[in-house]
Amino acid sequence: MPHRTIHLFRKGLRLHDNPTLLAALESSEVVYPVYILDRKFLTSVMHIGDLRWHFLLQSLEDLQKNLCQLGSCLLVIQGEYESVLRDHIQKWNITQVTLDAEMEPFYKEMEANIRRLGEELGFEVLSLVGHSLYDTKRILDLNGGTPPLTYKRFLHILSLLGDPEVPVRNLTAEDFQRCRPPDPGLAECYRVPLPVDLKISLESLSPWRGGETEGLQRLEQHLTDQGWVASFTKPRTIPNSLLPSTTGLSPYFSMGCLSVRTFFYRLSNIYAQAKHHSLPPVSLQGQLLWREFFYTVASATPNFTKMAGNPICLQINWCEDAERLHKWKTAQTGFPWIDAIMTQLRQEGWIHHLARHAVACFLTRGDLWISWEEGMKVFEELLLDADYSINAGNWMWLSASAFFHQYTRIFCPVRFGRRTDPEGQYIRKYLPILKNFPSKYIYEPWTASEEEQKQAGCIIGQDYPFPMVNHKEASDHNLQLMKQVREEQYRTAQLTR
Amino acid sequence: MKRARQKVVVENEAPQASQKSKKQKTCLYGSLFGESDSYTSMDWGSLPHPVILRIFQFLPLVDRARASSVCRRWNEIFHIPDLWRRFEFELSQPATSYLKSTHPDLIQQIIKRHADHLQYVSFKVDSSTESAEAACDILSQLVNCSIKTLGLISTAKPSFMNVSKAHFTSALTVVFVNSKSLSSIKIDDTPLDDPSLKVLVANNSDTLKLLKMSSCPHVSPAGILCVADQCHGLKELALNYYILSDELLLALSSEKHVDLEHLRIDVVSENPGQVEFHTIKKQSWDALVKHSPKVNIVMYFFLYEEEFDTFFREETPVTHLYFGRAVSKAMLGRIGMNCPRLIELVVCANGLQPLDDELIRIAERCKNLTAMGLGECEVTCRGFIEFVKMCGGRLTQLSIMEEVLIPDNDYSLDRLHLEVSKHLGRMWFPDMMPTW
Repeated sequence: MPHRTIHLFRKGLRLHDNPTLLAALESSEVVYPVYILDRKFLTSVMHIGDLRWHFLLQSLEDLQKNLCQLGSCLLVIQGEYESVLRDHIQKWNITQVTLDAEMEPFYKEMEANIRRLGEELGFEVLSLVGHSLYDTKRILDLNGGTPPLTYKRFLHILSLLGDPEVPVRNLTAEDFQRCRPPDPGLAECYRVPLPVDLKISLESLSPWRGGETEGLQRLEQHLTDQGWVASFTKPRTIPNSLLPSTTGLSPYFSMGCLSVRTFFYRLSNIYAQAKHHSLPPVSLQGQLLWREFFYTVASATPNFTKMAGNPICLQINWCEDAERLHKWKTAQTGFPWIDAIMTQLRQEGWIHHLARHAVACFLTRGDLWISWEEGMKVFEELLLDADYSINAGNWMWLSASAFFHQYTRIFCPVRFGRRTDPEGQYIRKYLPILKNFPSKYIYEPWTASEEEQKQAGCIIGQDYPFPMVNHKEASDHNLQLMKQVREEQYRTAQLTR
Repeated sequence: MKRARQKVVVENEAPQASQKSKKQKTCLYGSLFGESDSYTSMDWGSLPHPVILRIFQFLPLVDRARASSVCRRWNEIFHIPDLWRRFEFELSQPATSYLKSTHPDLIQQIIKRHADHLQYVSFKVDSSTESAEAACDILSQLVNCSIKTLGLISTAKPSFMNVSKAHFTSALTVVFVNSKSLSSIKIDDTPLDDPSLKVLVANNSDTLKLLKMSSCPHVSPAGILCVADQCHGLKELALNYYILSDELLLALSSEKHVDLEHLRIDVVSENPGQVEFHTIKKQSWDALVKHSPKVNIVMYFFLYEEEFDTFFREETPVTHLYFGRAVSKAMLGRIGMNCPRLIELVVCANGLQPLDDELIRIAERCKNLTAMGLGECEVTCRGFIEFVKMCGGRLTQLSIMEEVLIPDNDYSLDRLHLEVSKHLGRMWFPDMMPTW
């Protein structure tokens, strides 16, 4: 007996490689593609800034367009998810709800609630893995029931698992003829809201546009433009890589506009055609495998996004300092390298991973000794690719709370920037107030004489702040503190080394 | 048979299970099996002292404290001196600290009843001055104790430095004078001064084995020299470079002195823009190594590149070197020439020139090198493989950030890791930072 199905989009905002949607279409006589915009729920479980809302709305618009082209439509229903479901299960005589399995605790809880509702109201629930390369349970099983806590161990387990499942076939218009789409009139009531409806800024100034179409275009460019894909060497960091990337894909993976399995197999094909490969293409697919690593650890570690009660995280006596945190967040640290990065983050919603390392180190183990949880919340609000496990995992890594290297290193906010971009083009772009400083001063403008500052049209302490810490003092001290903590909490430190 | 069953009950129950139910179960078994009266009258309260003591030693303090209010006997045992030898006072202000704090009532109780029993004491304080002052207040009350180990630990900022020197030193001297058996002292980042060291020495010269006092700006070379002169059992010492002197090394090498095991030196510029550092004569180092051939000499450098000129111009017996900041190519070259005893080298950063030559020289001349860490440097793949080939399997710790290695015509990163693994005799990968 074919189902009447609601396919619930949460992430997974795409039509290509969507096993759950495909399963819905193959088992139903009618499918309602629904996105429930439960603002209350979303804001209670994560911080979402304006740029992220825009990205989401753009992705929904794109999904709507692509579904229309296949003869269906997207229904965006606003309200609390449980009551929305109750109403529409009855209204549309729904017998099945399909949704992607997600590993975040709040999404797992949502799924459990929906299943309970299913038992109460008499509909089935089908959830399949679509957001990660592998079913994380299989990784856990192969590692004796616990997540591999080092990247090396993780790679070893993956080598035992073999390749991930191949992407499922693309959907066609036939699928939506055989399985009826919702009544055309509904699309009118349930259109994608406009920014003004959500009371956010009217326009996004970020160069990143959401959606599956944009994601797929970038994927093609990523695979062709990147000369290194052909020669298999890792790119040295060049100043331009700090600028908004036209081939970057991370926000599209976070929202599920792009399928990680699709990307994996595209890369594998290229690699397989090369003449002298001897190893799994770890460096090429690094981005995907790191993501998978953090997803796996997060799925099986309680309190992963907190320090307290987190078994893999060092318990460190971070300083609570709202004022200093605010200065870091609002790009007023007085260190141009840090401030330029935080400015780009706020304006565009994406920063290069080395930039993330720099500001994360500065906030935590390097200079301010403020908790990584605070940094994680700021990133969650501002980053387009904010992701539950990756964000927390990286913050723990960069604050040296977990996943240790043998030796703790601290990035100097002057030297590290200068090394990456000696002419300071990046600083000049994002902190125009400093643009007239010569390159030798631009990373430490407070060292310029008063005369030189006047010439540059920017007096430090007036037009641009003094540095908020003495980096040398602060970092020396923090290095010792970190050493002490690791010695004391040796057993925790050993877990993820 | 009955006792065995009793023991099983203990193991299976969570420590927090109410003592009352344990007692009831025992009686129930007793009545079930019709044991004689002498068995049923035996209860948990009448276990022998040593048994209860042993069990208490496994319990965290909170559970022990709960157990102590069960009956008088358990309460007596709770207060046995043996259970109060070690204590760590955790002092923090809830408004500014993430970590828990020892309850003030407990602190009072310890001072009242157990101050005399304390032997291994540490104070962990957060970034507030109040916590450091509270630590000093407790210290001043430890009058009748014989403390062996004392540690003052700042977990966030060096808060002891905000306490007045007078307050701090007078509290510290209470312990120095009264303990007379101090063996191990960790007081980094405190306003320790020369007179307090004199007091320490006057009372504890026979027992002092370990002294860690990095970043104590009020101590002078003369102050630490006094310690070396009198405390002949000193095995471990940690201090800042500015108080290191030729006289100190000679004092540590005198005949009466035991072998020094561990000397840690932090090299920090005391004043901004300080470029000049005093030198230590080669003869002084030689004397030390002759006297203590196995000594580990650990140097932590926190200088800027221009400040290294004084160092390693002559042979220096350093074993562990850590550069917390950038280090110049020239300095690394000198290390290769003049540090034959080097065991571990960590370079956090360098300039943009490849370090191939310097590394190869280090491989040639530092035959004891077993651990190396490199970050934010540049080394060509070819140069790195040459280095690893020369060191071979003796490199048990090789921690190189992925970005350090520059691929060249001979080697890609993938090939490199196989080659290196081959020479090391084990699977090796560079350290990776996650691609975010």
